[in-house]
Amino acid sequence: MYDTAKTESALEQTETKISARNVQVYYGDTHAIKDVNVEIEDKTVTAFIGPSGCGKSTFLRCLNRMNDTIDICRVTGDILLDGEDIYDPKVDPVQLRAKVGMVFQKPNPFPKSIYDNIAYGPRIHGLARGKAELDEIVEKSLRRGAIWDEVKDRLDAPGTGLSGGQQQRLCIARAIATEPEVLLMDEPCSALDPIATAQVEELIDELRQSYSVVIVTHSMQQAARVSQKTAFFHLGNLVEYGETGQIFTNPEDPRTESYITGRIG
Amino acid sequence: MTALPFLLLILATLAGYLLNRMAAGSIRANGARLHSMISYHGMFAALLVLVPVLTIILLWLAFEGPIIDRVVMSGLPDGLLDGQGDGALQLVLAEIKSISRGQIFGTPEDWKIAAADSYSALRTQSDWWMVAVVAGVSLAIIGFARSRVTAEFRARQGVERIVSGLMIFCSTVAVFTTIGIIVSLSYETVRFLDRVPLSEFLFGTNWEPQIPLREDQIAAEGAFGWLPVILGTMVITVVALFVAIPVGLLSAIYLNEFAPRKLRAVIKPVLEILAGVPTVVYGFFAVLVVAPAIRDLGQSIGIDVAPNTALAAGGVMGIMLVPFISSFADDALSAVPSSLRDAALGLGSTRAEMMTTVLFPAAIPGIVGGVLLAVSRAIGETMIVVMAAGLIAKMTINPLDSVTTVTVQIVTLLIGDTSFDNPKTLAAFALGMMLFLVTLMINVFALRIVRKYREAYD
Repeated sequence: MYDTAKTESALEQTETKISARNVQVYYGDTHAIKDVNVEIEDKTVTAFIGPSGCGKSTFLRCLNRMNDTIDICRVTGDILLDGEDIYDPKVDPVQLRAKVGMVFQKPNPFPKSIYDNIAYGPRIHGLARGKAELDEIVEKSLRRGAIWDEVKDRLDAPGTGLSGGQQQRLCIARAIATEPEVLLMDEPCSALDPIATAQVEELIDELRQSYSVVIVTHSMQQAARVSQKTAFFHLGNLVEYGETGQIFTNPEDPRTESYITGRIG
Repeated sequence: MTALPFLLLILATLAGYLLNRMAAGSIRANGARLHSMISYHGMFAALLVLVPVLTIILLWLAFEGPIIDRVVMSGLPDGLLDGQGDGALQLVLAEIKSISRGQIFGTPEDWKIAAADSYSALRTQSDWWMVAVVAGVSLAIIGFARSRVTAEFRARQGVERIVSGLMIFCSTVAVFTTIGIIVSLSYETVRFLDRVPLSEFLFGTNWEPQIPLREDQIAAEGAFGWLPVILGTMVITVVALFVAIPVGLLSAIYLNEFAPRKLRAVIKPVLEILAGVPTVVYGFFAVLVVAPAIRDLGQSIGIDVAPNTALAAGGVMGIMLVPFISSFADDALSAVPSSLRDAALGLGSTRAEMMTTVLFPAAIPGIVGGVLLAVSRAIGETMIVVMAAGLIAKMTINPLDSVTTVTVQIVTLLIGDTSFDNPKTLAAFALGMMLFLVTLMINVFALRIVRKYREAYD
């Protein structure tokens, strides 16, 4: 598998953003992620698919060290972001999370105004000098989150008052506001209706211009629609990783084929 | 004798239950489909008996005494008690009752003995009537309930209706008790204000209520200005909150977010033990440990400190309040959805930033609830203040001086000799009324503030 990924990226000639080598994750005694090797490319949408409990979300949360917040979780192996090990003691996980933004399964806007939601990250990281600059960041982020037109007249209204799809786009805009390099999305559409899902997917496709996007999804159609690369996880193993088209039309591993055709999962 | 009606009630309830259950069971045995399970049929009959009959028994017991008293008193020979005061009549009635119980002192007049006889006769009659009424009503209800048993009868909903009626009653008990307390307090307060003008009570700066109850007593002149007393309460409450709020909140935040699991497992129960310490024990601690320590410290830096200080009492009270605030705040913080934690951490905030910018604002309503409870406890706390802060009302806000509080004054006014036509005793009720109003105002005010500033998550 490691070899596959390597040849693939060599072929593509694109820049590697994140590379994981021999990553193991343990929850207490449970071995949740087994020996995963993967190269995630810049300015690409990478989808993680697999049945429930296969470890794709766990692996995603390793990429910005969100697993650090779980006491019993232990991660070994190397995860390099732009060639630097993010689990190195020198690395500040707080800074890392500003660089590797995350969008969660359930829209989770803060119970604050729309403006304050977006301004949260820039404020704690001191990205804006003065009110005017902050206003600018908020507007820019909301525009890139494709929600500016819907909320520009009510920036003072609470973010929790928006519809589910709007809330999720608000959360994406909030993550963008800290100017991350990578955007991790953990099943961002699972709580949304088909129309909101379509809007978010469109947004993901636009975000690819500027960021490396990693998306965990349960929907294989979604993976096929939005991603260029797909990784299939099963029982904590990375079974297959490659071009999305390749994975869905001509998988190498019989387990991938079974999952895609609906026989396991 | 009073046990008999209760015994009948239990029997009737059981009988109703079994009878209807059996009746429903035989309908089912005959092949019909019942709407409700047979235990619901039984329960329906049991509740139908229990609730009204119990009400009858309790009302009977409540009104039996006063009615018999009136009958006996009006049956006394004419002219004997004309022109006697209320107290004298009470005395005669008490004597008649004790004669009827066989406790005879001296040689009572014949008419008293006759009255005592009629009194005990009336009591016996009343008891038998009660048994008869209970038995009759129970039988009637059992019969009625039995006649309702059919396959289609919705006993399930019937039980629910009766139970919801009971719940409505229980939920109004607190409301009516509050109303009763306000009414009785207002009554005595008005009587107090007949004797002491309102302006003197509200704006007087002198509190010396130990005036003579009888003419031969030597006591104070009397002054009923409540300002020094409420000021003392406020000083002690503020001192207590200065200790309790920071310690309580910070410990809650630490335990909730930063403490390792093992440490939390030790500290939380210990904090809860603190909530279980009787206030008298806190009082000892304040008098024997804290007050001397404050005094020594004050002397060593050349400040004059009274032996009883508001600081000692308030400080120890603050320790007492820590578990209230910390456990409320801990619950409120735990109730904030973990998705908000993830959101804040995922944006690259530290735990402390997450706490101050997200969790704390979202948990404010619960935290304020704990603080309010602590304020009410501090205002109402008596024992620590009696022991550690003194009894003399002083117009001061110096926490190193001895002060007294509203509750302490209420206690000292109501122990020892009391007389309900004297302002000394009645002043206790006026103070109680003011305390009630102050706490009410604080609660209303705080709730308004919370509603304005809370960040509601859903």
